[in-house]
Amino acid sequence: MSISLFYFVAFLTIFFALLVIFSKNPVHSVLYLIVTFFTFTLHYIMLNAQFLAIVNFIVYMGAIMVLFLFVLMLLNLNEGSIGSKSNLLKMVGVIAGMCLIITLVGSLRALDTSDPLVLQTQDLGLVKNLGKVLFSKFLLPFEISSILLLSAMIGAVLLAKKDIKQV
Amino acid sequence: MELAFIIEKFALILVIFVISLTIAAYSTLAERKIAGFLQDRVGPNRAGPGGMFQPLADGLKMFFKEEIIPTESSTALFILGPSLALFTSFLGSAVIPWGQDVEIAGRMVSLQITDINVGMLYIFGVVSLGVYGIMIGGWASNNKFSLMGAVRAASQNISYEIPMGLSIIALLMSTNTLSMKEIAEQQHGINWNIFYQPLGFLIFLVCSFAETNRTPFDLPECETELVGGYHTEYSGFKMGAYMFAEYLNMFLASAVMSTLYFGGYNYPGMDWVNEMAGSVIGPFIGMGVLILKIFAFIFLFMWVRWTVPRFRYDQLMNLGWKILIPLAIANIVITGIVITIFEKL
Repeated sequence: MSISLFYFVAFLTIFFALLVIFSKNPVHSVLYLIVTFFTFTLHYIMLNAQFLAIVNFIVYMGAIMVLFLFVLMLLNLNEGSIGSKSNLLKMVGVIAGMCLIITLVGSLRALDTSDPLVLQTQDLGLVKNLGKVLFSKFLLPFEISSILLLSAMIGAVLLAKKDIKQV
Repeated sequence: MELAFIIEKFALILVIFVISLTIAAYSTLAERKIAGFLQDRVGPNRAGPGGMFQPLADGLKMFFKEEIIPTESSTALFILGPSLALFTSFLGSAVIPWGQDVEIAGRMVSLQITDINVGMLYIFGVVSLGVYGIMIGGWASNNKFSLMGAVRAASQNISYEIPMGLSIIALLMSTNTLSMKEIAEQQHGINWNIFYQPLGFLIFLVCSFAETNRTPFDLPECETELVGGYHTEYSGFKMGAYMFAEYLNMFLASAVMSTLYFGGYNYPGMDWVNEMAGSVIGPFIGMGVLILKIFAFIFLFMWVRWTVPRFRYDQLMNLGWKILIPLAIANIVITGIVITIFEKL
């Protein structure tokens, strides 16, 4: 039951991810991307990681809304305006993509999949347990990543701010 | 999964679905009646006694009107927009606890469709999904005014989600749980969260006006500037779906505010009433109290709509980013300090 459900959701994920790439209209791409992220949420729910699922749902879908606005405001909305790339660019893209695939497949093969990781507790993904682990065992990485986010935020504000001297 | 569980949940879903539909339909009548009252006129009073059948008449009219799909628009997305808006506005009521557990034939039946332990975040997620209906519809209309309305809706939604989330964080710090059921249980009697989080409630209230696109924040459909906003090109039932979604969102926002801050199904003296009425009738009285609270909030929404004029767009953004977010952060800090002091004592 759960294995077939997993394969079904995984199929959906890959299907919509392919549609993101193959649709000519940037707005359609963005909409397929939303569906792809939604299937990620389903994967997290099947792993019983409720908190991660809902955060993925909120953060990524909110983030895509921003992307949506960018697509509307910054791109010319004519169909096919994206497809006109030179052959050299296409070749470079294919080579880069193949390199990524080889790296990913290689690293997955190097992983010992015959010995799957067994979760000690089934409820590890619930908010309470996740919070306890984050604030005790992984406190340092957690704080460092929060500083990273803070600096990114300050950088964004600095870039968006008008330069008072020049105006 | 046993059969009784499935039947019980199915019945509950059906009941809540029908209740939300009825309340949303009659909200349209209430809106016009309240507008009439506030403007010193009668309001709709022709269809049925006192205008009782007006929502039915409006619904029929919506069904029989011609559906126009603009030729230059993307048809699938044009239909998807209102459908998504209507669909997402139904999702949120799944985690609202409508009452205490009822004992029917020896089974404890919970008056909540599902108690996921991230209930509050779930509502937050559903609310953020709701704007996609407006966004997709507005874009697919292939109309400048619709697009302007849709972009406004999206940026407004992004801006007001942040203070809303921050005000929820302050509430979380005092309740220590994300589950809607536990939050409701903690407010037993008159121990409501509004007494602990008055500022948080105020911020949440303002943000929910913005998230449901109600006046004074209804800039996405600002008719003085944008003809009809994101639904300019919509007619017939699709237009009706957008309107219905707005009223459903209002219902959901009222239910969430009643549950988070105003005790949900709790009311003073509920233990005594439960003892007198028994373990079956008692919880349903609580449910009635919750619905009364929801009505009060819906009335507040309408009262504000017919009292306060619309904001200008830059005022809206200033209020969101420069006033509400700092206030919400200050609220978190104050809550933290107070909790620490009370724990030390």
